[in-house]
Amino acid sequence: MSKTCNGKVWAIACRDLKTYFASPIAYIVIAGFLTLMGLMFFSNLSHFFVQQLQYKQFGMGKGVSLTEGIIRPLYGNMNVILLLLVPLITMRLFAEEKKLQTIQLLMTAPITIGQMVMGKFLAALMLVGIMLGLTLVYPLILFIYGNPDLGPIFTSYLGTLLLSGCYVGMGVMFSSMTENQIVAGVLTFAAGLLFWLINWLSQFAGAVIGDVLDYLSIIQHYNNFSQGILDSTDVIFYFSFIGISLFLTHRVLDSYRWR
Amino acid sequence: MIEVSGLTKLYGPRTAIQDLNFTIKEGEIVGFLGPNGAGKSTTMKILTGFMPASFGTAKVAGFDVFDSPIDVKKNVGYLPETPPVYLEMVVADYLDYAARLHDVPKAKRKAAVQSAVERTGLSHVSKRIIGNLSKGYRQRVGLAQALVHDPKVLILDEPTVGLDPVQIIEIRELIKGLAGQHTVILSSHILPEVTATCQRIIVINKGKIVAQDTIERLTSRMNQGLVYHMEVKNPSASGISALKSISGVKAITPEGPKLMIEIDPNQAEIRDRLVEAAVQEKMGVLEFSAEKLSLEDVFLQLTTVDQTVDQTTPQEKNV
Repeated sequence: MSKTCNGKVWAIACRDLKTYFASPIAYIVIAGFLTLMGLMFFSNLSHFFVQQLQYKQFGMGKGVSLTEGIIRPLYGNMNVILLLLVPLITMRLFAEEKKLQTIQLLMTAPITIGQMVMGKFLAALMLVGIMLGLTLVYPLILFIYGNPDLGPIFTSYLGTLLLSGCYVGMGVMFSSMTENQIVAGVLTFAAGLLFWLINWLSQFAGAVIGDVLDYLSIIQHYNNFSQGILDSTDVIFYFSFIGISLFLTHRVLDSYRWR
Repeated sequence: MIEVSGLTKLYGPRTAIQDLNFTIKEGEIVGFLGPNGAGKSTTMKILTGFMPASFGTAKVAGFDVFDSPIDVKKNVGYLPETPPVYLEMVVADYLDYAARLHDVPKAKRKAAVQSAVERTGLSHVSKRIIGNLSKGYRQRVGLAQALVHDPKVLILDEPTVGLDPVQIIEIRELIKGLAGQHTVILSSHILPEVTATCQRIIVINKGKIVAQDTIERLTSRMNQGLVYHMEVKNPSASGISALKSISGVKAITPEGPKLMIEIDPNQAEIRDRLVEAAVQEKMGVLEFSAEKLSLEDVFLQLTTVDQTVDQTTPQEKNV
């Protein structure tokens, strides 16, 4: 039973992933992403070299490490770019199917809403995974010409993937709420930014509420990952965030049947 | 195969369908006939498990659509009004996807797709992208999608809408060919469509069933003028029984001064004898006419008259 379930989730995920590549979306998003990432990497690298030279010139020791000088800012920037690009990936998932009424195929096939939601979520996450995979070339370059720490690179990727999972989760949810892709995309971006910046308010709120707001900030939980620290609370936070957004998507789609 | 009782669907304050009752036997092809907005699509969507009813129950292939929607969906192939095709996909890939969603095991998938492609006449376009096909072919792809898992029940919502006459005939032939192997429900607001393909029709108007009967019965009753109407001044019981005694008269339904006389279609001309008998009985014949209604008029009548004209013989054996 569970094997056939996985089969259907996988069928939906693969079809949607292929759809990204059957249209210009995937290519444009990937090209834009890599262009910006290349720019960031080059500027980080140049900056790092200049810094290293200055440190040597004035005999101030070794200066900052590769992790601090390149890897942390690089993946920090990557998260900002993903905040902008993931909504463009997720906005079509359900909205397009609702608009074109192809959702009727899914709704009248013997699949559960959960399988549908999982399939869509995985499709978008796989595309993000492909994008992240392509950026492996930057650490590769660092490994060829230097000796960076493997740990922070690994945790940065893991953290970025989990953070992207949150964006994708919200994207799937907003896409299920509307037929309009633009609406879904804008809401996803706004919500992503909101959860990113929510801890700005924490210092003005009371102690308890401030802690809650700090905890809710999705970028706050990324800090540990960027430093090479794998903390289970952060992992649990991201999984809960994804779980809740997918659960809400389930509720939205279920209510759609009742209208 | 399909049992519907007391089915009601409300969209907010608006009643889409109200208290529908009908049964459909295995292998039957049944047409839902009704004007736009009569509730045909709503009924079909409930039967596919796409959305639940407000009240009443519906059973498809022995499963309740509300309690076990997944089992229902396994046994139903559904072609919605707009075929749910992904325009960027290749026909064969799309059908393979539909087969996967409908539990067709991997080993049988290729054969299932092949057979659906052949049955719907898509063989020469199976490698093409759906978005590049004409509307008629997209409709066929939608039909192939409904057929690919070889379901017991096929629910087709306006399957020929928007097609050209040649395509319409092809799709009709295709649907007729499904009789026996599949139970088919199709909806239409076009009469000839239903008469051409279905064995039985269910006429729906404003969310209610106004008539359900076999095509043969409706046409023989209505189309060949086998009902006479006689208006008399003083309808007497003895007069009516005198008319009834004439051989060939099947039934007489008096409605005040108007008598509806049903005639055995195989009988010779008996109109003069009817009038003669009425005159002899001193009923005072005012008017005598033969009903020459095509099904089109019946349909119009059935769907414009507000009161329910139920001539239910749903269990009747098909001729």
